[in-house]
This record gives sequence, structure tokens and C-alpha cells, in this order.
Amino acid sequence: MIAPDQPLTFYGTPFASRMLIGTALYASPEILSQSVKASGAGIVTVSLRREAARAKTGQRFWELIRALGVTVLPNTAGCRTAREAITTAEMAREVFGTDWIKLEVIGNDDTLQPDLFGLVEAATVLAKDGFKVFPYTTEDLGAADKLLAAGCDVLMPWGAPIGSGRGLNNPYGLKTMRNYFPGIPLVVDAGIGAPSHAAAAMELGYDAVLLNTAIAKAGDPPRMAAAFAEAIRAGRSAYEAGLMEMRDMAAPSTPVAGTPFFDLGASS
Amino acid sequence: MDSLTKHTAAAPASARTIVVNGAARLSTAVTLAALLTEAGYGDAKVATARNGDFVPERLRATTLLTDGDQIEIVSPRQGG
Repeated sequence: MIAPDQPLTFYGTPFASRMLIGTALYASPEILSQSVKASGAGIVTVSLRREAARAKTGQRFWELIRALGVTVLPNTAGCRTAREAITTAEMAREVFGTDWIKLEVIGNDDTLQPDLFGLVEAATVLAKDGFKVFPYTTEDLGAADKLLAAGCDVLMPWGAPIGSGRGLNNPYGLKTMRNYFPGIPLVVDAGIGAPSHAAAAMELGYDAVLLNTAIAKAGDPPRMAAAFAEAIRAGRSAYEAGLMEMRDMAAPSTPVAGTPFFDLGASS
Repeated sequence: MDSLTKHTAAAPASARTIVVNGAARLSTAVTLAALLTEAGYGDAKVATARNGDFVPERLRATTLLTDGDQIEIVSPRQGG
């Protein structure tokens, strides 16, 4: 059993919600705002993209996000080398006014899985430069050790490829990672498609879940955001309460003693 | 070679090709700050990089441009 209501803490900052959500792919800014509010998430992810002259697109989006009153976690999505990710992180720090960075160095176009070599390289440089790095990684324990040695205080392994909605592809690997790093905040990031996937991650003892597409592409995004919030709370409570051990064989739950006709056996 | 432009530092240099967000443009801007003004960014909330390296806002006015420079000008967007 785990003591209940221990707040989730990233780099010394506590958060009441164990949900982080992305801000992309929503049908409109209004639906995005409603969904963030319905989720109760305390952290939202954002990005940087090329700005056209006189467009002020970024300014409008930034004002929308600021009005939500949540903590902003910029990402380096789309970066394919450590150098691109480092420069993007530096630009994000200036524009968003935060040293938090969700570090993504993409290694493969089909799976969007992280390039762990570039990730460790970029994390090392950024952490030395004062960034609070949230690395998008896999369940690879060797890479995780190197990321922690580089100065990361949190790890964000994938559940499944970004945007795939396939849930937890490797529950064994994720469970192993949880057991190997009992004191490190771990967040399942990417691949979550349904509230049940998020609940499963929380039942494994993960500290939080980061998702985007599953809410943004739902038929009713604010309602789905609320559904995820309930699932994440339920999964966390289940983890704290202590799940039963799985068994191979059936075990009757109703008492056997006093069963009527017990002595008649199956002779009739 | 051209003594006139050489000795008139205040006059615009001859136009050079600067690649801004992937698109080549002819520019007479001497500095990155001047390029942002020339291209119409004004006071937009942007961050900049030159040839892959971050250029902080405070250094834009002293960052000199050379022919063929690759400039990135980015701003906040939706992200996952």
C-alpha cells in the first residue's frame, strides 16, 4: 500500500492532477480550452513552429494558453538531431519563459520512437545549461540510467508510438522500469488511446500520464478529457490501495463451508 | 572593389540572399534585428536561430548577416 494523496512533484513543483495533456489537433481553440479545463490537467504541452511575417499566429495561441492558468511544458517535437533539439529548447526557453522542456529527438519516421543516443546527448547539454528536462524515451533501462546521470529528474517512456492509440505495448517493460526506479517520477507519454490505457499505466504505479490525440480526436473532446481524469484517478487509487496478486487457478470467493447439499456431492 | 559602398557604412549594403524559414529572400538588412523589421515581424513574439544556432533577442541587433544565412523565426504553437 502507498500513502494516499501524495502530490505529484516535478522538479520541486507539486501538481494536484496526474494528467498532462497536449494542445494539438483540436478542432478549434474553444474546444481546446474546454478540454483542458475538463481534464483538470495542471500541465499542457506546446511547441514552436515557423511564424509567417505579420501573422501573429503565435501571439494569439500564447494568449489562449496563458488564459488557462496552467503550467506550460514546451516540446522539441519533430527534431531529429541533438543539435536541432538543443536549439529548439533554447528558443522555447526565451519565448515561453520557462526552463522546462519536453525533450524529443525522433529516431524513426514510422514509429516516431526516440533516438536514445541523440536524446542522451541533448539531455546532457541542456541539463548542464539549467534546463529541467522531461525526456521522451522508451522503457530501455540503460538509456534511462544515462538520462538520470545527465541530470534528468523525470523519465517519460512511451506506451506506444505517438498518435497510435494502442495503449501500453510493453506492460512488462514498463512494470520493470517502475520497479527499477521506485523514487523517480515516471510518466507514460504517447500511445494512450482510451481511458482504460491510462488507468492501466496508473495501476502499474506510474506517476502520471501524458496524452493528446485520444482527447483531441474524440467525438466529444471535453467529455473524453473528463473520462480520462476519472480513469487516472481510479488507476492511481487502485495502485495506492494495493492490487491483489494474479493467480493461475480459480479460487472461490463465496465461503465453501456451509455450502448447501455439500455432502451430496455430484451423485444426483 | 566598390569604394562608394565601402566608405558609406550607413548606406544599405547590397542585397544578399537570406533564407528565412526555408524561403530565400533578397535582403539589405545588415543585422538579424533589421531583417525582422524588414520582413514585417515587428514586435511579434518570436524566437530566432541563425545557421542552426539560437540567437537570443538581446543579440539580434549585433548579429550580422552574411550571404546565404539560414534564419529560423518561430513562435508558440499547439504541441503534443
